[in-house]
Amino acid sequence: MIRLLRHIFRTGILTEPTPDAGEGPQREIDRLHDEILHILGRALTIREVDAGSCNGCELEIHALNNPYYNLEGRGIRFVASPRHADMLLVTGPVTKNMENALRIAYDCTPDPKLVIAVGDCGCNGGVFGESYASCGAIENVVGVDLRIPGCPPAPLALMQGILAAVRKSK
Amino acid sequence: MILCDDSTIEFMPQPGAGAPVWRGRVSSGEELKDFAAAAHLAGGRLAAMWGSDSRRRGGGFHLHCVFGLDTGHAWLSLALPADEPAYPDLSGIFPAANRMQRATRDLVGIATEGGDQRPWLRHGAWPADWYPLRHDAVHEVGMGLGFQNFPSDYDFVQVGGEGAHEIPVGPIHAGIIEPGHFRFSVVGERVLRLEQRLGYQHKGVEKLFIGADIARGARLVGRVSGDSTCAFAWAFAAAVEAACRVAAPRRALLLRALMLERERIANHLGDLGALGNDAAFAFGLTQFLRLKEDWLRLNHQVFGHRFMMDCIVPGGVAADVDRPALDAIVLQCDNVGRQVKELRALYDEHSGLQDRFVTTGVVGAALARELSLTGMGARASGILLDGRAHRQGYTPPPPYAELGVRPAIDERGDVAARVAVRFDEVSESLRLLREIAAAMRLGETRADVAPVADAGGLGVIEGWRGEVLVGVQFDSDGKFARVHPHDPSWQAWPALEHAVMKDIVPDFPLINKSFNLSYSGADL
Repeated sequence: MIRLLRHIFRTGILTEPTPDAGEGPQREIDRLHDEILHILGRALTIREVDAGSCNGCELEIHALNNPYYNLEGRGIRFVASPRHADMLLVTGPVTKNMENALRIAYDCTPDPKLVIAVGDCGCNGGVFGESYASCGAIENVVGVDLRIPGCPPAPLALMQGILAAVRKSK
Repeated sequence: MILCDDSTIEFMPQPGAGAPVWRGRVSSGEELKDFAAAAHLAGGRLAAMWGSDSRRRGGGFHLHCVFGLDTGHAWLSLALPADEPAYPDLSGIFPAANRMQRATRDLVGIATEGGDQRPWLRHGAWPADWYPLRHDAVHEVGMGLGFQNFPSDYDFVQVGGEGAHEIPVGPIHAGIIEPGHFRFSVVGERVLRLEQRLGYQHKGVEKLFIGADIARGARLVGRVSGDSTCAFAWAFAAAVEAACRVAAPRRALLLRALMLERERIANHLGDLGALGNDAAFAFGLTQFLRLKEDWLRLNHQVFGHRFMMDCIVPGGVAADVDRPALDAIVLQCDNVGRQVKELRALYDEHSGLQDRFVTTGVVGAALARELSLTGMGARASGILLDGRAHRQGYTPPPPYAELGVRPAIDERGDVAARVAVRFDEVSESLRLLREIAAAMRLGETRADVAPVADAGGLGVIEGWRGEVLVGVQFDSDGKFARVHPHDPSWQAWPALEHAVMKDIVPDFPLINKSFNLSYSGADL
């Protein structure tokens, strides 16, 4: 136990601002956190739906909860049920086999809801496009408020996209 | 290749320096079945299976089976007639054949005589008598013009008895994870049976390869499973290089290994953290995700992409490293190695964590063999199988032959074993990265690759989950007639069904994460 505590102590809080001289990503993260909190004035809950991705986008969405980006630490939480969510963060392309499930998740999310299409595939079908098995872009299945392109989009781009969507809805 | 002396099958070794592959043809379904039985008897496994439509070239259909043997891989092709193509059910010999056979039927329309006839990838988005990979299947462009999508019911195996009930989970899961459906049959909390229904990630990848050129194929294959992009890209490149008789330069091979080992470590770090978290040890998640983020940032700095997508291409690599970058990589290895060692000690001495890990989700060696399991999962079940390492009669492909990989092994088969193997593999891969950095010499990083009409090849790479295979076949115009990427999750998903039996429902997330299988890689 002592060793564990020592490890925690030695690691410190990585989410704290870096010295003034640094204009690195850490400052940008803090600025985004503050802005999201300022605009929202409350917590934001997100239901992530993988509607057919290669799992690349999911890896980056996972990263949002690492200590560097620490999204949850700022009151932005991923929730298990769409009924608890303010926002759907959807990766694509939407497979035909997920089309129905995505519609159900969308219908279960209470209004007013925000929908973000994540990744090139979510935005426009990406390398997979539309086919017998793929509906392509998220907007072909449910209404989309904002698109975050990238293959996959980096965590900072995801944070900026979440912020932009919230700002747009105001 | 010596497997069964009385076999009349003629095998030709695949040219080139890749993983050893022998290609042969069988003339009848019975001959295929006999070979499968002999391979099974010799301790072999079913590595991959797919179908192709050869009617345009005057034939019928082909069924391709790849068997993993001690000395390498045997790739067998069986010609089938254009009318009512069928072959014997192999799932009685290799249970792993079940889902592959059903997928082959859904996509190409060649079916087994008897056996499980439930659809696998086809959930109702296209008609039962329409097969997307047949060259005469008409594909409408745009979703408005396609078939009506009728999500279908699935015939799950029912478990009876007093108090037995079902818990359906998915396709959308509670976390940030790919979709799939799990049907638990339980009594109280005890799991009597788990049946998976996958295919939700099926986005028609194999259809997109047909008619594609090499560059387009390379982009596609890197997106079969995002967490294994390097493994798939390398297996694809190896297959194309074997088909086109091209050898990637030595520096490119070292760079590929550098990327593949970095991919392995990144995934193990993330999963080790998530495993801690699933046993309520949030400290583990935080610490390992921090290390993983540092790792991915260096990937971005050195290779221009956090997951190194599109960096491995047929002929070589599309990225190069300079000496300062190699120094940064070595420095990071020392740093991460030290911290992982400390974290391992903390995991090992944490009794609450060990209580959840030990004896949970057991897959024994006999079961692992029966299910044709490969990779990290197999090694945690006591099977010493690693495509990067030397073994009796097998020399790994370069550059691993010279690096001398020491594969990790644990005989317990439980979550604790998979955690231990992951820890061991992180240390070994860190060592390999240092070796690679030291072995790197200036040189070419990419050879020209021109498609060879009607040529075919098979690439095999030991990815972080296990054996990744890609089979390619060119048409007469030098475009792809067929590409089949195969993720080791095909074989490991059924192992998960077995692993959770006798444990309780709350253990499932932990057991699941200890394998962390790919949905997209197997649904294609």
